[in-house]
Amino acid sequence: MEAIILQVLNGLDKGSAYALIALGLTLIFGTLGVVNFAHGALFMLGAFCAVTFSRLLQLSHSVVDETRTDFLGNPLKVDVYYVQEIFGETAGAAIIDWAVPLSILFAIPVMIAIGVAMERGLIRHFYKRPHADQILVTFGLAIVLQEIIKYFYGANPIPTPAPDAFVGSFDFGVLLGFDPGGIVYPYWRLIYFLFAAVIIAAVFAFLQFTTFGMVVRAGMADRETVTLLGIDIDKRFTIMFGIAAAVAGLAGVMYTPINSPNYHMGMDFLVLSFVVVVVGGMGSLPGAVLAGFLLGIIEAFASMTEVLDVLPGINQIIIYLVAIIVLLTRPRGLMGRKGVMED
Amino acid sequence: MTDQAQHAPAATPKPAAPARAKGGSLLGLGRKDFMLLLFVAALILFAPFLLNPFPAGSAMAQFNAGYPDLMQRFVIFGIFAIGFNILFGLTGYLSFGHAAFLGVGSYAGIWMMKLLTLNVIPAIVASVVVAGLFSLVVGFISLRRSGIYFSILTLAFAMMSYALAYSVLTPITGGETGLQLKYFDPRVLDAPLEAGVTPRANLFGIDMQASTNMRFGAWIFTLNAGYYIAGVVMLIAFYLSIRLFRSPFGMMLRAVKSNQNRLNYTGISPKPYTLAAFVISGMYAGLAGGLLVAMDTQVGAERMFWTASGEVVLMTILGGAGTLIGPVLGSGFIKYFENIVSKINESTLNAWFSFLPDGLQDVVVAIIYPFVGKGWHLTLGLLFMAVVIFLPGGLVQGGQKLVTVFRRDRKSADAEKAAAEQRQTQE
Repeated sequence: MEAIILQVLNGLDKGSAYALIALGLTLIFGTLGVVNFAHGALFMLGAFCAVTFSRLLQLSHSVVDETRTDFLGNPLKVDVYYVQEIFGETAGAAIIDWAVPLSILFAIPVMIAIGVAMERGLIRHFYKRPHADQILVTFGLAIVLQEIIKYFYGANPIPTPAPDAFVGSFDFGVLLGFDPGGIVYPYWRLIYFLFAAVIIAAVFAFLQFTTFGMVVRAGMADRETVTLLGIDIDKRFTIMFGIAAAVAGLAGVMYTPINSPNYHMGMDFLVLSFVVVVVGGMGSLPGAVLAGFLLGIIEAFASMTEVLDVLPGINQIIIYLVAIIVLLTRPRGLMGRKGVMED
Repeated sequence: MTDQAQHAPAATPKPAAPARAKGGSLLGLGRKDFMLLLFVAALILFAPFLLNPFPAGSAMAQFNAGYPDLMQRFVIFGIFAIGFNILFGLTGYLSFGHAAFLGVGSYAGIWMMKLLTLNVIPAIVASVVVAGLFSLVVGFISLRRSGIYFSILTLAFAMMSYALAYSVLTPITGGETGLQLKYFDPRVLDAPLEAGVTPRANLFGIDMQASTNMRFGAWIFTLNAGYYIAGVVMLIAFYLSIRLFRSPFGMMLRAVKSNQNRLNYTGISPKPYTLAAFVISGMYAGLAGGLLVAMDTQVGAERMFWTASGEVVLMTILGGAGTLIGPVLGSGFIKYFENIVSKINESTLNAWFSFLPDGLQDVVVAIIYPFVGKGWHLTLGLLFMAVVIFLPGGLVQGGQKLVTVFRRDRKSADAEKAAAEQRQTQE
């Protein structure tokens, strides 16, 4: 029982990342009808937003500290963070410590801007083109974005730690009445899951309960009629693209403490999140979220040593295996609609 | 392989007038196709000279691509792309897992060379057969779906093969280290090698690595046995693909691409045709894989990674999907970039632009530097986007547009447009 709960928890954080990326992919596909292979790159850009932001916070200049001297008796030069100068010693240190969560504020406008620019500049010209062309051009864009990041940030992973408050693990088992140490789960992964849940809920609420969301849903169902009613649906879809980019970006921002970001992390996630989208059913938002968590948890179970003893290597292929089985038994994925992307 | 590709058209029912009937019949090809074949043959024959336009030791010498290793890759990936084009260009099914067939072919090939003989013939035959069988299984399952679902299914199979080759199947695949030929391999048909000798592949005694250098003044040209053997294989592969494009079977595949519903209504099931195309292109990939091990006698699992599958898609699109010569051009282009542009470094750039004033030189080098050397992927990505945006038909379409522009001077534009359209429908 403990092992099962532990594996479910282990699956949740990876599942959250899959779900968030797949959600963004599906939003773009559902609104614009574009298959966005650059979505993994947006995830990666989000992660590098966090890197950039924490570097910005750590900008410093050296000041001569008259009160202290080095061993020769000269006044000591000390690096002082600008943040600490502005907000004071303790508050500044806290801000630097909380760089990753704070970069959410930085990442949202940046990612929306990137998303809107991408849609206006490139994707817009590909609505009428075949899906293969869309896949190829966004794939090219993904390579370009990835190489730009590699040029500026280098090829090595950049460690970006979580705030000190969240370092360490949470003894989850005690809450449920198991022995202490039975189910131990890192705080940050818990935070990541909760964060993902909030974002997913927010996106659904936004689509369901706001006028803007209603118009977007109407546009997804019947674009032509909405246009005939005098609504500038293109503009709203552009904004939705920005939101989808922000969702992917935020998934990236919060993922940095779990895995140090590197320039190819987007590609690594892209392939899997496409599998997730397809398993969930192209164009279905709940399907994307469901499949994301499902595949994350299944992957965690397949990584258990008990399973690996019986079926070695199963953890490497389980997602693809599940994808093949789902696609062969349920042609449109778990919750897909008829006639989407079948030609 | 010869066997399969000739049987495939024969197995089809008889739709109307085959296209190859028109014109003279040279090797069963129309005049235009025959000229194309001759052109490719000439390209292969003279490539060691054409690709070495700069004298050895000159500043431009690093743009020379006429060294055996790279030329072998040109023709081998040409075969891979030609095969991929039979599936993607004709039927429109976008497979994202073709590297798996290349990898499986490579493994089959190297095992033949480990267990049987260093002669490459059994290795190549085995790689084609094994890759064909594997693609039959994958194709049979994947082709039950179409569109992006098909792409994801093929991707899933390829990634599974990659993961398995990397982990569980280590006894067969060598896992992370891959497989290399060793002197102590139990080759049944060959005399045992002396200890410490590195085994080298041969074709009835012709060493694959054997090269002769020809000197003309400052120019050095390398003629390599392995390259010419691979080149002949590619020529045969190209010839078969022309025959297939012009055959009734090729016509059926185009019908699958343009309108599957109509085929269904006519009472024809598209599945056997697409499956045959899938298996043929899988065998081409296996052939390429077999030739790869025949040339460098080693295999690693990374050959099956999805980026490798993506690369063959890029090659085909860049050259022009659905055209005959496109994939050959595309693969040559990408492999050239990969090997040549990636070798340019900062000091070479500085040497080139040393004629500029100092400040300007630094600026120019700083601008160009991110696009070359380790950053060549950036150039590739940009180039690729440009091709998809401006030339959806690839380099071939670009060439046709150029031809149209030049001819417009003489003929009226309208007549030329009609001719271009006709050309497109033919291809």
